[in-house]
Amino acid sequence: MTAFPGAEAIVNGVFIVCVLTTVLGGVLAVKSRRIIRGVCGLAICCFGLAGLYYFLRSPFLALMEILIYVGAVCVTIVFAVMLAEPDEQLENAPSRFSLVWGGGAALVSLAVFAGIVCLGLGQQWVLSGDRTTDGSVAAIGRGLLTTYSMPFELISLVLLVAILGALAIARYGRTKA
Amino acid sequence: MSGALYDQPQVYLIVAAFLLALGIYGLVRRRTLIGMLIAGELIFSAASLNFMALNRFVARDPVVGQVFVLFIMGLAAAEVAVALSIIIAVYRNYRSIRTGDLAELNG
Repeated sequence: MTAFPGAEAIVNGVFIVCVLTTVLGGVLAVKSRRIIRGVCGLAICCFGLAGLYYFLRSPFLALMEILIYVGAVCVTIVFAVMLAEPDEQLENAPSRFSLVWGGGAALVSLAVFAGIVCLGLGQQWVLSGDRTTDGSVAAIGRGLLTTYSMPFELISLVLLVAILGALAIARYGRTKA
Repeated sequence: MSGALYDQPQVYLIVAAFLLALGIYGLVRRRTLIGMLIAGELIFSAASLNFMALNRFVARDPVVGQVFVLFIMGLAAAEVAVALSIIIAVYRNYRSIRTGDLAELNG
């Protein structure tokens, strides 16, 4: 079925690279001390996620992930980093309180991770019945213009209100200062 | 367990759970508002990946999950715009966005 031997191994390798990019980018986003490196980690994580979406048979969402997250969200956060100075100061000696706090955070996130992994591995995920559409870009477009036209209009309204609200809030602080 | 690695929903679910755990850890651990915002974005991504995995393997209509994740992305973009403008307003008033300094309502 495949064009040449070893294609399956190559695809598996690309998939593992995507997973590693996502995971390591996420770790970089959370663990780096300088905020700008955290933003870079978020961008790397989103590139990996775009690859995973491709493997989930949705090239449309893969492109949207890069366009919206890397192109818009990360760039906006970089602008905010330039306007404010968000770097976390180096503590000379980490206090006992901070160590307890970090341990608690690690414990809670580990518990959440273990719980969800148990739930995910304990089930058999099988398709129930036949697919009604093929999930292609054409099908998405048809859905957005028929079944989901109302939420689609609402999301544009939400974006408009968010932009106006952001402008109003940022401008208010400026006139006051 | 048969087939290639990328054809198993468990792999995607584990990656999504890991992203969620990272986001929660960052949300608790970060001491600046922008750091917390980045961690929140990781949680959004985890939810999207979970939706897409179940959409690919379980859903009868694969359009539903893709449209929903598209809406999640739009809401995340709106949230980032509003949150960043609030952060900038806070920075103008307090000259700091460290969460420890914003303690005016602390009794």
